[in-house]
Amino acid sequence: MADIRSNFLGIRSPNPFWLASAPPTDKEINVTRAFEAGWGGVVWKTLGEDPHVVNVNGPRYSTLLSQDRRVMGLNNIELITDRPLQINLEEMTRVKRAWPDRALIASLMVPCVEESWKRILPMVEDTGADGIELNFGCPHGMSERGMGAAVGQVPEYIQMVTEWCKHYSRLPVIVKLTPNITDVRFPARAAKAGGADAVSLINTINSVMGVNLDTLVMHPSTDGKGSHGGYCGPAVKPIAQNMVAEIARDPQTAGLPISGIGGITTWRDAAEYIALGCGTVQVCTAAMVYGFKIVQDMCDGLSQYMDAHGFQTIEDFQGRAVPTVRDWKDLNLNHIDKAVIDQDSCIQCGRCHVVCEDTSHQAIFYQKGDAGERRFEVNEAECVGCNLCVSICPVPDTISMRSLQPGEVDARTGKTVTGEYANWTTHPNNPSRVAAQMSP
Amino acid sequence: MNGPKGCGVRAGRLGADQYAENFSDAHPPLTWAQASIEAERCYYCFDAPCATACPTSIDVPSFIARIAQDNIRGAAKTILESNPLGGMCARVCPTEVLCEQACVRNTNEDKPVEIGALQRYATDRFMAAGGAPLFTRAEPTGKKVAVVGAGPAGLACAHLLALQGHDVSLLDAKPKLGGLNEYGLASYKTTDDFAQQEIDWLLSVGGIAPRNNQRLGRDFTLDSLLANHDAVFLGLGLGGVNDLGIAEPSAQGLRNAVDFIADIRQASDKSTVPVGRRVVVIGGGMTAVDAAVQARLLGAEEVSIVYRRGQDAMSASAVEQQWAQTHGVTIRLWAAPQELLVEDGAVSGIRLASTQLVDGKLQTTGETTVLAADMVLKAIGQSYIAEPAGARIALKGGRIATDEDGQTSLERVWAGGDCRWGGRDLTVEAVEHGKRAAGAMHRLLMREVGVSA
Repeated sequence: MADIRSNFLGIRSPNPFWLASAPPTDKEINVTRAFEAGWGGVVWKTLGEDPHVVNVNGPRYSTLLSQDRRVMGLNNIELITDRPLQINLEEMTRVKRAWPDRALIASLMVPCVEESWKRILPMVEDTGADGIELNFGCPHGMSERGMGAAVGQVPEYIQMVTEWCKHYSRLPVIVKLTPNITDVRFPARAAKAGGADAVSLINTINSVMGVNLDTLVMHPSTDGKGSHGGYCGPAVKPIAQNMVAEIARDPQTAGLPISGIGGITTWRDAAEYIALGCGTVQVCTAAMVYGFKIVQDMCDGLSQYMDAHGFQTIEDFQGRAVPTVRDWKDLNLNHIDKAVIDQDSCIQCGRCHVVCEDTSHQAIFYQKGDAGERRFEVNEAECVGCNLCVSICPVPDTISMRSLQPGEVDARTGKTVTGEYANWTTHPNNPSRVAAQMSP
Repeated sequence: MNGPKGCGVRAGRLGADQYAENFSDAHPPLTWAQASIEAERCYYCFDAPCATACPTSIDVPSFIARIAQDNIRGAAKTILESNPLGGMCARVCPTEVLCEQACVRNTNEDKPVEIGALQRYATDRFMAAGGAPLFTRAEPTGKKVAVVGAGPAGLACAHLLALQGHDVSLLDAKPKLGGLNEYGLASYKTTDDFAQQEIDWLLSVGGIAPRNNQRLGRDFTLDSLLANHDAVFLGLGLGGVNDLGIAEPSAQGLRNAVDFIADIRQASDKSTVPVGRRVVVIGGGMTAVDAAVQARLLGAEEVSIVYRRGQDAMSASAVEQQWAQTHGVTIRLWAAPQELLVEDGAVSGIRLASTQLVDGKLQTTGETTVLAADMVLKAIGQSYIAEPAGARIALKGGRIATDEDGQTSLERVWAGGDCRWGGRDLTVEAVEHGKRAAGAMHRLLMREVGVSA
């Protein structure tokens, strides 16, 4: 059996699934229920200074639903904990004492002044927490007060606060990054420069969930007015994975431990994040949609996957996909794929044909027989291997891509596949290539 | 003796509440949640096979996409512009052999998108919201058309002609418009007077003058119509009922199934409709099923459908057959009526001859059985009565011969619906007949006024 135990910055947990700092980790009762259900750790909902902040008493959440009404995205306008600091600290102390084998991380957000951090860090350390996570990501409410994303968007502030935390606390420091920024590598580099032990990402994305078309008021609203919220859930996973991969492959931050966050709903999502370099993953939306029990299915799936692939520990495949993430210029322009339609499983809906015809390369023939029978076939002479048909086919594995082998002729160009690698940097059409050759 | 056990043909076999329950909607309409989930199952196929399979070529993927997008009025428009009786067709079409059979979802799942139920959802909601006009009538052309018979073919034809600006006289022999939709369908298929709701909407476009209780050959003639109109459409339906081919002594309890069905449809209180305790329905089509199931729902204790061939030959679809069987109707195959048994002027039973196919020909085996019955309903088909329209209309196979557009042998006269030769006697085909004829008539009428159409 695979060993899914996690050791992240020396913080041990029976599995890599931590609950992210969010409503599910706001109180002792929730966290206790989570640990009973099997979660490996929690990042306690962000602590702030007293007097505590106040939440709206109207909608705090809204969802983007898929066609079958599954939650694809969730948006929230919750703030950090709206309970007094002392109550949170007491509960954290009790919980860590009762669950010594689980990870307990304190998420923190106080004003961007040294005194505030100096004051809160010892109190947190006294709870027995295993580490701290700096919330530089919350995009709503707190950022208006100069905290959260307002800090996370300024690399210098990130570095400064991280340094304070490393100075005033012996606990491992995880810097939680905001995606509401142009290039996530800069705040990650700043965190590392400040001495951060790890980064976690992503926090939520600025979002407006919609507009009520009867009232023409943005949705959701409190008393007729709304505010942008933080977006999370399965819909943000591709954005989060890009940012994780960017940090994992950036020479300046490569090797910096990462706790992956963003749309992790199943073991597959978690395994992908691990393959992109993450040591733990943090989950919130899936728990808010399905309840805490879902961690059992995630743990089991991960374990079964690892067994099937012969991975004994998480480290065995952690980061294995990182070298496959490259700049576009590195892609092999001599590699050629063609779409292949499995006529046995094709249900003849014709969607591949019409989208290729209307929006791509007119590379799928439509033939109708005398008895009305329909047939859709790839015209390799036009197929550029764009994958659109594969992407939209409703039947799994019915359209796939076949890579042309060396010696085969590409029916579109008439050229023989050589099997040699060549990319844009060496391509004759690239003006920069010429320039590069001319320079000494 | 009264009550369910009482022999003979009598009304009020059930408690008052039971009738309401029995004749409520056979297939309750989809809720919004059900409709939206089902609509999302549609793949929005290219050159969609379901639309090709629909005799009226409804753009099925579009109307379903519009339901999914909560554009119900738009969905109704897509349906009704191809099939102005799309609401009724959603209820009575054998979708399992039309659009739903063609659905690509059958390939993997044996479960097509429920196109019929979705079509009903869209049209019901549109009608329930008041059925505000979707289409605007063209400028008046000054041309006058007479449509004889206000069944599905005539209604569709009248509607489309009116939309194109022609003035339409809609004549029907019955007190209510609707033809088969009003008189010929089981009550549980069209509850809440839907047939008339749909007609009200259809007439609301304007330009159609309905005239009820006007029978061709009695109150007017084809020649008189032609004298006063630029064109005539005959949607006459089938007025005759086929005989059993055996002696049919006048006896209480022997009825035409179509009359029985019409009585039930027209009865506001179903407890007033008499039914036998043991009912035998002769025939294998939808009329047989509608009569048999409704006999059960009226409280008949034993109901049999007797059909002289095998199950595959029945014109009632598999779904209809199953519907009958799950409502306690016994389907007896390979049996032909041989003798009607009568006691004291009332039906007491029927002797059936066993049949078999020998070299493709149906023969009796020599064996017979007797089924006790106090009611025998004839549902072995209906026939076109040619006399009222006159001998100048050429026939084929006993029905009116036409070209593909419904043009008859007589100039300026079109025909469609069951009275026209060819097809499967489906409501949706009748609508298509009316539609095609309206198109052809419009082209002729516009040519006359020198406008290309």
